[in-house]
Amino acid sequence: MTAKRLYNENDIRSALNEMAQSLVARVSVPKSQWVLVGIHRRGVPLAGRLAAALDERGFSSLPVGSLDITFYRDDAGASPLDPVVQDTNLPFDVAGKTVILVDDVLFSGRTIRCALDELMDFGRPARVLLAVLVDRGHRELPIQADVVGKTIPTQRDERVDVHLSEMDGEDAVWLSPPGERKGKTR
Amino acid sequence: MAVSAGRAERKNAMKDLLGLESLSAEQIGYILDVARPMKNLFTRSIKKVPALRGRTVALLFFEPSTRTRSSFELAAKRLSADTLSFTASTSSVTKGESLLDTAKTYEAMKVDFLVMRHAASGAPELVASAVKAHVINAGDGSHEHPTQGLLDIFTILEKKRKIEGLKVVILGDILHSRVARSNLWGLTKLGAHVTVCGPSTLIPAGLTDVFGPRVTVSTDLEEALDGADVINVLRLQRERQQGDYFPTLREYTELFGLTTDRLRQAKPDCLVLHPGPMNRGLEISSEVADGPRSQILDQVTNGIAVRMAVLHLFAGPEGLPATVPDGKQTAKAVQTTFKALS
Repeated sequence: MTAKRLYNENDIRSALNEMAQSLVARVSVPKSQWVLVGIHRRGVPLAGRLAAALDERGFSSLPVGSLDITFYRDDAGASPLDPVVQDTNLPFDVAGKTVILVDDVLFSGRTIRCALDELMDFGRPARVLLAVLVDRGHRELPIQADVVGKTIPTQRDERVDVHLSEMDGEDAVWLSPPGERKGKTR
Repeated sequence: MAVSAGRAERKNAMKDLLGLESLSAEQIGYILDVARPMKNLFTRSIKKVPALRGRTVALLFFEPSTRTRSSFELAAKRLSADTLSFTASTSSVTKGESLLDTAKTYEAMKVDFLVMRHAASGAPELVASAVKAHVINAGDGSHEHPTQGLLDIFTILEKKRKIEGLKVVILGDILHSRVARSNLWGLTKLGAHVTVCGPSTLIPAGLTDVFGPRVTVSTDLEEALDGADVINVLRLQRERQQGDYFPTLREYTELFGLTTDRLRQAKPDCLVLHPGPMNRGLEISSEVADGPRSQILDQVTNGIAVRMAVLHLFAGPEGLPATVPDGKQTAKAVQTTFKALS
């Protein structure tokens, strides 16, 4: 068994458009209250793309920030760190805002727990929504996304890799059997 | 394949930070790379992150120190670790307890880190072999002071964006200086050229045999400063000057004190570092210490970030990985991430 490409560039684009549409339908506060926050690494370009999709729907120039959750992880030392810890960059005050947290894959939910902890250290948002491109199931915490691009049924030990042209040279979602991995994903 | 490589990494992982001599350029790069986002935490209103929640860091200082101990303590606290302090003068050491008994007592209290300063070179190594806790050397005799070396390199990197090819002068009492040794190891591993300069009585013999062709020795300050990118001025350790290493302090200042006048020999954008505490007017003039080239207060800030990175990276059960994940990338990462900053 080898890695399968589940989605391509067009699929990802239309998924992001649907996510933007669904956010517009769900969030009633004025656009001045919206901010997008991508989780490193692939949540960051996705947040940028989601902002562009929202721009087309009348929500122009929404602020976009990024979170690196490394120092908020609950497994310090248990697994290797990312080789390069990225910067958290929130160039706005999150207090009172409606924050749309963006990530590529929702799996155990632990990353989102860390992201929420970190976000709260910056201030008290009025509301936090979670938007993910892929929900692959197998949650270990009671965390769900508000907006999902694609839902993929998986085995727990399979791998789901989202590739984005900004860092991987292609737009694709790959499903790989245990122990295998499609391309470089870091 | 990825799995077996992972195991190999773990096997050679490093439990303790005893000196920069035993670290690879890649490992040094990894620590510095993590120090940078640590420093960015200082700009937040909440400067504390939960990375080491529930861990305990014991600070065992058998020699007086304010800045290094405060720096480690703050680093541990900003990572949410608990700290406990030990000062030799108020402890059972005065009742005759041995070093290993003290260390094992702390280990029995289930501390995760022993951050240790001791007047004897090699004391942390002795303790490291006897305890399971991670031992971080905070200065041992005239051997090494690895976190000072790391913070000096971090400070240089932040301003110069590179280490390779720089000319760094280490000025002063090289013989007694653990700061000089850690700088020599770290800087030469990362490709800098180091000139050590001081009275010949305070320069140990055979430096080039140990550190290789990247190190040169000079007893003439003006010659040494020619074209320098960085000058690291060492503290004249008056407490260690029992022997007759030089005739008078006045003569030392005359020949080796760093002044604005002398600084003109170096490159116009030359950085001046000093590990502190300073003897103003002795090894460095106040004008230089407070001048635009001085990095002395930045070093203090960077010291916390670097020590946070060290505690964080050594916190795993096995310590610092021998090769970092995606090593090829990281070997160059020191340079690239700092470049990306500009």
